[in-house]
Amino acid sequence: MPRLHDTQSHFATAVHDPESALPPGLLGRAGEVPTARFGVYRNNVGSSLVDAVAANYPTIQRLVGTEFLRAMVQVYVRDTLPETPVLIHYGATFPGFVAAFEPAQRLPYLADVARIDWAWHQAYHAAEANPLGPEQLATIPADELAGRRMLLHPSAGALSSPWPALSIWHTNRHDATVKPVDLRSGGQDTLICRPAHEVGVWHLPAGGAGFLHALAGQATLSDAARQSAELTPAFDLTRTLQALLASGAITGIR
Amino acid sequence: MPGHAGGCAAAVRNRPVAPIPASAGVGLKPAHYQHILEHRPAIGWFEVHPENYMGAGGPPHRYLEAIRELYPLSLHGVGLSIGGAGRLDRAHLERLATLVRRYQPALFSEHLAWSTHTRGFMNDLLPLPYNEETLAHVAGHVAEVQDALGRRMLVENPATYLRFEDSSIAETQFLEELATRTGCGLLLDVNNVYVSGTNHGFDPPGYLDRFPTRLVEEIHVAGHVRREDDLGQPLLIDSHDAPVADPVWALLEQALQVAGPLPVLVEWDSSIPAWDGLMREATRAQRILHARTTEHRRHAATA
Repeated sequence: MPRLHDTQSHFATAVHDPESALPPGLLGRAGEVPTARFGVYRNNVGSSLVDAVAANYPTIQRLVGTEFLRAMVQVYVRDTLPETPVLIHYGATFPGFVAAFEPAQRLPYLADVARIDWAWHQAYHAAEANPLGPEQLATIPADELAGRRMLLHPSAGALSSPWPALSIWHTNRHDATVKPVDLRSGGQDTLICRPAHEVGVWHLPAGGAGFLHALAGQATLSDAARQSAELTPAFDLTRTLQALLASGAITGIR
Repeated sequence: MPGHAGGCAAAVRNRPVAPIPASAGVGLKPAHYQHILEHRPAIGWFEVHPENYMGAGGPPHRYLEAIRELYPLSLHGVGLSIGGAGRLDRAHLERLATLVRRYQPALFSEHLAWSTHTRGFMNDLLPLPYNEETLAHVAGHVAEVQDALGRRMLVENPATYLRFEDSSIAETQFLEELATRTGCGLLLDVNNVYVSGTNHGFDPPGYLDRFPTRLVEEIHVAGHVRREDDLGQPLLIDSHDAPVADPVWALLEQALQVAGPLPVLVEWDSSIPAWDGLMREATRAQRILHARTTEHRRHAATA
């Protein structure tokens, strides 16, 4: 094995473990063991990765405060280094980490709010596409529509929460003074989409998130509607379709 | 706000490469997108980190498309890890090639550093031992990048905080040899010269005297912060979060006097000021460019 590989292995290991000894062969200005100097690299790597993840979860920062968020992210980045240098894709698994993070258990909705932040971030960077207008939908005979499949906007995402996650997300993201949300008010389905320049976040009728996921999995309109009605007896196909069309989440019909 | 980015591929295909002028440019930051498009400030050019534009679409591309229509652009990579002991990340190289095709930047540069190892990407520019093994390795990577992008790249001298026992080649000589072997150009970061010089106890103007200035196609200036190491020695950190320090401006003057007119970029990547704050730094760089390159021409004429 070439020396450069070993040098970098030792360096990387010591950067990730602040308790470990410095790798051999490093010199400070006067030839001393450069502990503080090596600390600059430890700090640069650690804090820049925490910054990168934290920047994608602004609503969680508002909810739990900067200090708590950064402490959580610090634990997260220790075991989850970026797989690529494209940091806009880094932190996708953070909501799952939050769900299992012991000190955050008193906020059981936190992981779902983080999922909305991540879906927002994904929508922001997603590919462009032109949404389907209602007039284009009207050209398809009603009796044919049931057997058709929908093309979804690349930015469209949805999630279903047993908590009022969207209300919590919305007031923490947008309001100057956070409004109280009644946690007993029940679950919410949320739609995230960026039909043009701005990312939008909408409330979907109950069962709407599952319906969107079924459409994304290539189900026909009637199959997706039947599955959604089985899972959510109150599922309302017309209102859900209207919400998807109005948000620009549908780009075509096949 | 730029209205439409769909269908851009066709519009971009025949976009001419706008050369980077020998004037002051700044790093393009999202906080300044709106201001730039509304006011079209008199700045020579912009530079971006390509990694921030590797999403499929969205506002970053919409703004960059609009700004690229108005100004020359340079791509300054921070993630290729050309000093990494492993193989280059081909997927990342392909993403870079896609951006280069789309935006037709006049320059592409990267750092003499590594940032990726077996466990993943570390998001920092980590130092290298300068010896024959590293030189052969980095030269192979630079050649591979230039092949993949179909163009010459520039390699930047790094800011470093420690040295390696098994370094046997001076940094200036290492860069010169790298350029000789690969045909790459160099990006001279005079803040990095000052930071490394202070940290390692060498004389920054003397380093510039030894630097192969004829290979330089771009100069960077940036701010740093001052700390101390365990022995109470000065430890400068290349933080890009402050105005450019006076000794760094002096190095810029020295470099331009020798090299003649070159593009000069002001880097400011965190605690980013309002546009006017950044423009003040660019204006200072522009004044120095004007004064030094006039002098350079006078010397050349009388030589």
